[in-house]
Amino acid sequence: MSQKNERTLRILVAKPGLDGHDRGAKIVARALRDAGFEVIYTGLHQTPEMIAAAAVQEDVDGVGLSIMSGAHLTLFPAVVDALKERGASDVTVFGGGIIPQDDIPKLKESGVSQVFLPGATTQSIVDWIRGNVKPRAEVA
Amino acid sequence: MTGKGATVVERVRAGDIRAAARLMRNLDDGIPGARAVLRELFARPGHALVVGLTGPPGAGKSSLTDRLIAYHRKAGRTVGVVAVDPTSPFTGGAILGDRVRMQDHALDPGVFIRSLATRGHLGGLSRATSDVVTVLDSMGKDVILVETVGVGQDEVEIVELAHTVVVVSIPGMGDEVQAIKAGVLEIADVFAVNKADREGADRTVKDLQMMLDLRRTTATRGGLDHDSVHRMTRTGSEDPHEAGWWEPPIVKTVATRDEGMVELAEAVERHRLHLDRTGERKLREVARARATFLTILRDRLMQGALNRLAEEVGHLDELAARIAARSADPYELADELARRL
Ligand SMILES: Nc1nc2c(ncn2[C@@H]2O[C@H](COP(=O)(O)OP(=O)(O)O)[C@@H](O)[C@H]2O)c(=O)[nH]1
Ligand SMILES: [Mg+2]
Repeated sequence: MSQKNERTLRILVAKPGLDGHDRGAKIVARALRDAGFEVIYTGLHQTPEMIAAAAVQEDVDGVGLSIMSGAHLTLFPAVVDALKERGASDVTVFGGGIIPQDDIPKLKESGVSQVFLPGATTQSIVDWIRGNVKPRAEVA
Repeated sequence: MTGKGATVVERVRAGDIRAAARLMRNLDDGIPGARAVLRELFARPGHALVVGLTGPPGAGKSSLTDRLIAYHRKAGRTVGVVAVDPTSPFTGGAILGDRVRMQDHALDPGVFIRSLATRGHLGGLSRATSDVVTVLDSMGKDVILVETVGVGQDEVEIVELAHTVVVVSIPGMGDEVQAIKAGVLEIADVFAVNKADREGADRTVKDLQMMLDLRRTTATRGGLDHDSVHRMTRTGSEDPHEAGWWEPPIVKTVATRDEGMVELAEAVERHRLHLDRTGERKLREVARARATFLTILRDRLMQGALNRLAEEVGHLDELAARIAARSADPYELADELARRL
């Protein structure tokens, strides 16, 4: 009953691009829910603009992207930019998918905070979020 | 957009999406400063019509909401949406997936969609839902659609929040009709029989109609529901029909094919006219105010009582342990505390 000011983390899980299945994204969404986070799930075929708009309306702390199409080098930075454009550059962007090791530094340079490769356990994703995604400030 | 120095209240009233979204978050998280902002917004409300959608999981509430958004946007109205999904009682986490069905409107600046988790609150909504509706109203939205959780049959809170409640059911669920009989019948202003592309839609419509007829017959015999008693008292009428009896329309819809949506929206519109004509809109707003006030009062009193308990009687955990061990009596302890308050 006591009103603790403990903020629940809100994470948007999205699947940008054209590839047609979201099994991975759904597995991650469930793992994040089981870790006690509120997961906003937006489904398939999201454009970076749609993802950013939803992230702002939902006031999420982080955005997790699942990209299997090979278009990660364009989609990840596009989401980071779209968030910036909407004044939400403080949202942490992370993601995973089939991504060559060599591309990871490029992604981090463009503002992506962490990249998980196909072997990553859901627990490692949860742990990383706990350590790196903070509930946002009270003032927008 | 408002300038840099603008207050949160000003920014929200100017429709600033980021300010509104963050305020909703702060309200949801129970941040004290957000209360003060809400108080200011509350003092000068907008003009939104609030429509609730309730019904079992999978009935198509989100899909119908999506189509209703499209309908209102075509008519030039701005729309706010609040969609509530359940929090897991075991982990405290939640998956909020209603937006999946509303992707057509993701980039429409005239549409603001917010997902909320119940966070342990029962009754079909979350504790902050009413506050979030207030924020959307202050943003100047014309219509606010509220999708309830849809689990269980005790989703009565939406009645206190919405001007019009749409109960969504689907064909071929014998048990479902039983559930409707049990409680949802009383809260429906409009019935949508969704998935009417499936077999048995007409049957469901007939079943619902039968139950409504039954209710009307008993009503004339004196077994009146709350609303009609109110109406009769106000108009001094003996006859509930004369006093502005509302017969909930039943509309068949196929949300996924955009069928029946005009009929559904028109049924909601007719109900709005009915509310205005009979003065019932005011009554509903008073009922909402009463519910809001009681919730706040209950929280305050409980908080005060628990503080007092901790200071003067003992720590809650310790008392609970004593009660469990039968060395203390819960009634006696509660009486003792109530005497002190
Ligand atoms: N056949 C059919 N399927 C529908 C209809 N409306 C919604 N659905 C499907 O029913 C499922 C659940 O819909 P959703 O809107 O999420 O239901 P909610 O849980 O009540 O919000 C989805 O797969 C929809 O595509 C309809 O009118 N006919
Ligand atoms: Mg839904």
